[in-house]
Amino acid sequence: MVRLMNEEDIRRALLRLSHQVLEKGVEVADLIIVGIQRRGVPLAKRMSKIIEEFKGKKPGTGILDITLYRDDLTQIAYQPIVRSTDIPFSIDNKRVVLIDDVLYTGRTVRAAIDVLIDFGRPQKIELAVLVDRGHRELPIRADYVGKNVPTSSEERVEVKVREIDGRDEVLLLKKSEVDI
Amino acid sequence: MNFNRKDLLGIESLTKEEILFILETAKSFREVLDRPIKKVPTLRGKTVVNLFFESSTRTRMSFELAEKRLSADILNFSASTSSSTKGETLLDTARNILAMKVDCFVLRHSTPGTPHLLAKKLPVSIINAGDGAHEHPTQALLDLYTIREKKGKIEGLKIAIVGDIAHSRVARSNIWGMCKLGAKVRVCGPPTLIPPLVEKMGVEVFYSLEDALTGVDIVMMLRIQKERQNKGFLPSNSEYIDFFSLNEEKLNLAQPDVLVMHPGPVNRGIELPARIADGEKSIILDQVTNGVAVRMAVLYLLLAKR
Repeated sequence: MVRLMNEEDIRRALLRLSHQVLEKGVEVADLIIVGIQRRGVPLAKRMSKIIEEFKGKKPGTGILDITLYRDDLTQIAYQPIVRSTDIPFSIDNKRVVLIDDVLYTGRTVRAAIDVLIDFGRPQKIELAVLVDRGHRELPIRADYVGKNVPTSSEERVEVKVREIDGRDEVLLLKKSEVDI
Repeated sequence: MNFNRKDLLGIESLTKEEILFILETAKSFREVLDRPIKKVPTLRGKTVVNLFFESSTRTRMSFELAEKRLSADILNFSASTSSSTKGETLLDTARNILAMKVDCFVLRHSTPGTPHLLAKKLPVSIINAGDGAHEHPTQALLDLYTIREKKGKIEGLKIAIVGDIAHSRVARSNIWGMCKLGAKVRVCGPPTLIPPLVEKMGVEVFYSLEDALTGVDIVMMLRIQKERQNKGFLPSNSEYIDFFSLNEEKLNLAQPDVLVMHPGPVNRGIELPARIADGEKSIILDQVTNGVAVRMAVLYLLLAKR
């Protein structure tokens, strides 16, 4: 097991991601931050807070669950838990930044884009992730990356967040450690 | 928790945990109904057959909408226009439809146990949409969902179910569900319409509506089925109205925040007056809306897997 990021690394990465988001467009009224369930949600809330502290105005912040849009529902033995989606405002003509903890195959992001498009027609959709570990299976890339980590597909990247796991850290697990 | 069942046949066979899991799952589907595009691609490529051997408006439309909102393909079958009028047996009908490669039957039939028979004989999911006077599990689930949504809980609530308990699958499924979730359930109606030994299901029996309503949080009025009225269960309609119809005076005996439910279709002026059915304590139309979400959850839990 390797610790890729500690609490301070995550704090700084989110600060940097938030500023990069603002560099591309400073109008907070047009910005919407959407966290992908589960660990993208607290990350989105933290980024939204950072932006509020910096700009004096909170961007619209939503929650999105991709379960109903997964492409593997006919292949898995048990149906995954459907978590809540909460985007209580119009996303038409807004700039939407999706936040997730780890970017891997890109299938989650594909599903998330489909969810967003069923909610309206954003002017633009961007993607921010805390960790990009490679191994894409779809033509998808992140606009903002906290940390690039070369991995083998045997390994697993685990992001722990205070709000869900009680602590902030990112771990790289070998295959032999994964099922422990 | 994993919901590892092929079929939904009744509430009696579900555990408390399974019921709560379905209700929690339904919350996420309720949100889908408020979206601008009320459709998700979850059951793409699955085919659901609505096999209705008894008439139905609400339940059938609710199932059909739930299936459509999940992007399933749908076949609708009604007994009156089908080969069953030529004498084909239920099992043959179902096997023939199954041979066309479908994934799920939603079955309503006047004979209790019919869905259980199909579930045993066929390798696909069966959902009971009402079998005689036995069970109507999705109705109970949507009622439980609606109570939880409005009251925040079910445990400890006092609930009165009023009317024709003996012939009501809605009552039976609700009694199982409410008792499992810890409500205190009372049933009330004329003695001819209270089934013997109903106390064994964990309910308290009342023959006076005033007594039954005293202090309750929820009152669920059941439809007096017109077809029962000529069979000697009731002396007359007007006598039933005198003793068992809801009015403001009787409703004042309940908790101030009492809510009034009815599974529909409502006989206005018999079970309750229009003033109450359309009044602020009525959550009858919330039940209907939530029905779609609950049925989406059930279809998802049964079909969204290998």
